[in-house]
Amino acid sequence: MNRRRHNALRDYTAEAGLFASRAMICMGLVATVFLVLLGNLYHLQVTGFQEFQTRSNSNRITVLPVPPNRGLIYDRNGEILAENIAVYSIEIIPEEVDDLDDTLTRLVELLDLDESVISQFTTQMRRARRFPQIPFTDNLSEEQVARFALHQHHFPGVSVEARLQRHYPYDDLFTHVIGYVGRINRQDIQRLQANDSYNLYAATRTIGKLGVERYYESVLHGKPGFQTVEVNSRGRVVRTLEFTPPVPGQDIYLEVDVQVQKIARHQLQGRRGAIVVMDSENGGLLAMYSNPSYDANQFVRGISSTAYQALLQNSNNPLINRATQGRYPPASTIKPHMALLGLEDGLVDLDTSIWDPGYYELPGVERRFRNWRSWGHGWVDLRKALQVSNNTYFYKLAHEAGIDRIHDFMLSMGFGERTGVDIHEENQALLPSRGWKQANLNEPWYTGETLSVGIGQSFWTVTPLQLATATNILVTEGRRFQPRLLRATRDGEQMTYQEPFELPPLNIRDPIFFSAIMEGMERAVSRADGTAHAAFVDAPYRAAGKTGTAQVISRAEAEQEPELVLVDGEQVPVEVDERLRDNATYIGYAPADDPQITLAIAIENVGGGGRNAAPVARRILDFYFDYQKSVEQAELRDEEERLKEQREEQSDDAN
Amino acid sequence: MMQTSQERGSLTLFYRFHIDLPLFLALACLSVISLAVIYSAGGQDIALVQRQSVRIGIAFTVLIVLAQISPLTYKRLAIPMFVVGVALLLAVLFFGVVGKGAQRWLDIGITRIQPSEIMKIATPMMLAWYCSQQQLPVRWTQAFGGLLLIAVPTLLIAKQPDLGTALLVFSSGVFVLFLAGMSWRLISAALVALAAFLPVAWFFLMHNYQRQRVLTFLHPESDPLGSGYHIIQSKIAIGSGGFEGKGWLQGTQSQLEFLPERHTDFIFSVFSEEFGLMGVCVLLILYGFIVYRGLAIAIRAQQVFSKLLAGSITLTVFIYALVNIGMVSGLLPVVGVPLPLISYGGTSMVTIMAGFGILMAIATHRRLVLRD
Repeated sequence: MNRRRHNALRDYTAEAGLFASRAMICMGLVATVFLVLLGNLYHLQVTGFQEFQTRSNSNRITVLPVPPNRGLIYDRNGEILAENIAVYSIEIIPEEVDDLDDTLTRLVELLDLDESVISQFTTQMRRARRFPQIPFTDNLSEEQVARFALHQHHFPGVSVEARLQRHYPYDDLFTHVIGYVGRINRQDIQRLQANDSYNLYAATRTIGKLGVERYYESVLHGKPGFQTVEVNSRGRVVRTLEFTPPVPGQDIYLEVDVQVQKIARHQLQGRRGAIVVMDSENGGLLAMYSNPSYDANQFVRGISSTAYQALLQNSNNPLINRATQGRYPPASTIKPHMALLGLEDGLVDLDTSIWDPGYYELPGVERRFRNWRSWGHGWVDLRKALQVSNNTYFYKLAHEAGIDRIHDFMLSMGFGERTGVDIHEENQALLPSRGWKQANLNEPWYTGETLSVGIGQSFWTVTPLQLATATNILVTEGRRFQPRLLRATRDGEQMTYQEPFELPPLNIRDPIFFSAIMEGMERAVSRADGTAHAAFVDAPYRAAGKTGTAQVISRAEAEQEPELVLVDGEQVPVEVDERLRDNATYIGYAPADDPQITLAIAIENVGGGGRNAAPVARRILDFYFDYQKSVEQAELRDEEERLKEQREEQSDDAN
Repeated sequence: MMQTSQERGSLTLFYRFHIDLPLFLALACLSVISLAVIYSAGGQDIALVQRQSVRIGIAFTVLIVLAQISPLTYKRLAIPMFVVGVALLLAVLFFGVVGKGAQRWLDIGITRIQPSEIMKIATPMMLAWYCSQQQLPVRWTQAFGGLLLIAVPTLLIAKQPDLGTALLVFSSGVFVLFLAGMSWRLISAALVALAAFLPVAWFFLMHNYQRQRVLTFLHPESDPLGSGYHIIQSKIAIGSGGFEGKGWLQGTQSQLEFLPERHTDFIFSVFSEEFGLMGVCVLLILYGFIVYRGLAIAIRAQQVFSKLLAGSITLTVFIYALVNIGMVSGLLPVVGVPLPLISYGGTSMVTIMAGFGILMAIATHRRLVLRD
């Protein structure tokens, strides 16, 4: 009732008017607010359009570098020595993984992997990183890839990637020559930055670490390409907008010949040593093998620390390239070079003989410097001295030349210096001098030491490559070719052949000196009492060479007088501890009348050079000439066939 | 009131079914836009569009059904609904189901209900009834009583915590008071009180994440990868849309998932990116038209209760749009309020459509009211 009266009193018109005015005020407010909203949107969409468009694009567009394909490496006949093969790897982006430990454990379980990959992965993760994703394991089998693909949705942030990986089909055969590639580490980055070439490696994961792979890195690597891609908020590539292809690296052809390298390895089986086979005419290395070697492929994949420790601690030092880093006393293989010094300086002449009583005496020194044959070689001239490897002749020569002259001359023959071969792993070995001895041993030079140096002993060490290079100077009558692995580079179809690396020739008064020395070296092979004769009986070609036998220092120190370290010949006591046996060395070339190949051999702890190194040279030369003949025959056959085809074509055309 | 007699004639058929055609068409337009944008924002997932279609269907059914009921019935239901609503809110407080970090749902065996949604309708109804009891304008004492009535559901919802809904419930009540002629002096006093209350809310009532949202709102670029990320990406989406937009399904910010909550709270950014300022204008005109139409209905309504309720319902929809658009374009802090009738999701859409159903009932039951 109250309500009814109340209603009766109500002024409906006033209420309607009040409401309408309030509603209009609201409408006005709404309109104002909408205008403010619109103004703000105008500010964003029209005034700020450029800025926001840029920001939107930088959100979605990323430029990704594309790695170039690394150039391949071939031998001189086009046999592939380093290739790129597709491998599948599991890669992880840790930022996208929720529980990393759990994910890793489950991955190991799923793929039947070794637990050690986890610790390897965590080390990788802690290192300075260049890519968001980190390889977890390489070289998945197809079965593993399939298994992972099936469970991929359980592994966010983990993916299978296919990429090209370096592979060396000959495993350990060329490791010391070609080297290998490995993951780019901090030092590599610093080096690249110093060269201003780091930008070329934006997408590259590996770099040449050793050998040719390292030396010719800039040739092999190429230039990266770029792809402009659209990515979503999680960084996944949605599509490619633009693609600039990478420029692949150039292919490299080496002077080495797989067949010759193989025979070299075969000859060193079970021994420590090195063989260098050189093309006499230009210094190209047909073979350079150091035994023991190791599989280069394990470094590409990332060697485990246990495997690496095993290599490091192996007493046979497989990591050392004995051909360029092994330091061996040259022993009697130095005699031809000493002979050249004697002739050039007029200390000896071509025909004068000296009497060898089996020893050489220094005036005022009581001790006698003995020939290896204690009763002597009688009357000995230069050729004979080389043929029978007479010590007395060279004691006299060395004594008369003096250490200073020996040092200077041998330096010009390339001893005591790196040969400049196109790999970085090279040792200059040691060419002793007065100054060196004073500086390093703080002792004056003794004349007795000069005599030892004259037969390639005392402090003098050489690398097999130095020995081959110096020998080739004799063979080419004074031309000085630097040893060289690179034969040609190929950029697409364009082959560029490498010119020989040649230094100014050795200045020798009379070229006849060379022929006399070469005659002496040939006699060492051809004459019945030549030190290498036994190894070359019935050889179908004319070979020349010089043997050497160096006692290892430890034995010399333990048992022998230092001046008696050289024993050239074959009386090797078999009961001597293996490591204390003599090193066998050999230098040689063939054919003697028109030298094609020059070689140097050093084999550790096997005994005398005549019995142990010369036969190795024989088998290599036999193989080489035989093989050369078959290659030539094959080429002839091909040529004939081509001519025949041409003739047929021509006759077809005529018809 | 603003229509010609010819227009009204053509609308007669719809009026018989208690449908206000212009409003209905505007709502239908928004629904079509909603489906198109959800298709784009959801990564062309047709299942998403199908689910939303079903919800729209349900929402329109609710609208049509509620439009058939006389406003007098709503007036009678005002008190019971409010009481039940508050009771349910209390029940949520004690027995509610926790979801998404907040206690909003009540499990009633068959389904879960969200009592705060009921309060979006029940509060303005209650206030409208309360204010219509006496001659307008509302007096001081009455206004205080009204504010108390508003405070009860608002605080209960804010406690859940659901700041967005609390804000909507609060404003729906305050609009009734304003439309009922609350004096300007009181309004000024209330604003001052609110200003004084803000620091209290900041230090004592707000949760950490809510404070974070406000801080982020003030300096979004200070934390570009954290909570500021959403707003930055949203502004980039809107801004990069430019005048013409990138085209439907062509918005990179949304298609490449740089935008968060693409088909729900940030759907306006998707729309702006793909349709540009032109599309935004169309959308704002639609909303503006709906507000205009709703207020026109309110002015034409003959009962005070109907006027107040219609006005409040209309203005609350406006608040929805304002808060959402203001949020995604960086004018307001991030508050979880969907874009009305566009955002994916059923609950708030049904509530809004229910409101429009009541609005249409008010618009079309006039003769009955006259006879009463």
